[in-house]
Amino acid sequence: MSVPGDLQYTKSHEWVRVEGDVATVGITDHAQDELGDVVFVEMPEQGATLAAGDSFGAVESVKAVSDLYAPVGGEVVEVNGALEDSPEKINEDPYGEGWILKLRTSDEADLLSAADYEKLLEEES
Amino acid sequence: MAEETLKRTPLYDEHEKAGARLVPFAGWEMPVQYEGVKAEHEAVRNHAGLFDVSHMGEVVFRGPDAERAVQRLVTRDVGRLETGQAGYAAVCYENGGTVDDVLVYKTPDDFLVVVNAANREKDVAHFREHTEDLDVEVVDESDDWALLALQGPQAVSILGNFTDADLAGLKYYRYVVGEVDGFYAVISRTGYTGEDGFELYVRPDGAAPLWRRLVEAGATPAGLGARDTLRLEAGMCLYGNELDAETTPLEAGIGFAVHLDKEQEFVGQEALRREKEEGLRKKLVGFKVEGRGIARHDHPVAVGGETVGTVTSGTQSPTLGEAIGLALVSPGVQDSFDVVIRDRPVEARAVPLPFYKRKKK
Repeated sequence: MSVPGDLQYTKSHEWVRVEGDVATVGITDHAQDELGDVVFVEMPEQGATLAAGDSFGAVESVKAVSDLYAPVGGEVVEVNGALEDSPEKINEDPYGEGWILKLRTSDEADLLSAADYEKLLEEES
Repeated sequence: MAEETLKRTPLYDEHEKAGARLVPFAGWEMPVQYEGVKAEHEAVRNHAGLFDVSHMGEVVFRGPDAERAVQRLVTRDVGRLETGQAGYAAVCYENGGTVDDVLVYKTPDDFLVVVNAANREKDVAHFREHTEDLDVEVVDESDDWALLALQGPQAVSILGNFTDADLAGLKYYRYVVGEVDGFYAVISRTGYTGEDGFELYVRPDGAAPLWRRLVEAGATPAGLGARDTLRLEAGMCLYGNELDAETTPLEAGIGFAVHLDKEQEFVGQEALRREKEEGLRKKLVGFKVEGRGIARHDHPVAVGGETVGTVTSGTQSPTLGEAIGLALVSPGVQDSFDVVIRDRPVEARAVPLPFYKRKKK
């Protein structure tokens, strides 16, 4: 499973790319593999305000539903509208075209490094 | 449950080798998928898929009163079954609630009742409890059988490589006893996918060699995930979803398997007769989600904000590319209602079942 070193992670298998005050969020390669073929992504409205840990949507495969949790608090500045028609992008390119939303962060996040996340995956397997 | 040792079918090693994702299911460690649910689903619709359903239970009724016993236990009039024929039926409690849904095979001397894995022990106890006064032996032969389901438009041509049995002449819901690749097999033209195909009852030692041969011949291994999306598209009930102790077979829409007029009384007959006279307490509807979202098992069904039922099964249909589902709703519910997906009401529309029907040749 791919765990890019330049990203940060959550225990609930989201990844975060922080650029300035904007955090891009998606689900990890491990998460998409566990879910299988993604067929639907529920995303919040642009402009919604989330606190860290809030459930903001869900990723659904044919068989399973996985809730999404905000890794950091902030305002939703963009959602990946392409996922409405092509949710499979989450399987094909979880760290790229499969990104889910962008948050303007308002607080410091308590996130895992790539090394810590890899350790978590090992413990869970 | 977590501490309990999970049972493994004779095909466990094949699943591991094929890279299956194995999950606990009804006390068994079963493959939920190999390559992916969608690909396996499409393989069954377009070519042929192969399922391990060895977890299903096989219960044999043997003895002079075998027919009386089965007649008493199931909703179908099994007296009308000929040797070589199988029939779908429900097993009910006195109050009409459903114990299980089963397949009944009429053999020359006995009856074979195939039950859901999760219900096996409960069923056997129920069968024995209600037939104590009869001269019949209720034998749980589940451990003596493996069960492979070969399903899809190419099932006949693939299986034909390995058997002399007259597959083309075998009608739906009929079976023959013969050999497949040299292994003793009950070849049954039945299935749970909405496609043509066979269920092959074989001895446990024949399961793995036969599995490998059928895969080599072009069948795609398919898991329980695809089995569920396939049966849902075909509008078939799953015990624990559409059917349970609180739901009668009439309510779940399988009245075609209930012969209320059969001469010999069956357990639950009186309650079902009464329900038919007085009107159903709830009804099963198929629906498509019109708004965005996928309805799932246990999501509420609402009209004008008032809960009027529950989604029993729901998924994104791989064949139709739409979110479909089954729901048990109040009898008065019309064709338009909401399914409440994670607290959000989403419009849905009732549609006739099944969602998918194969083209007959």
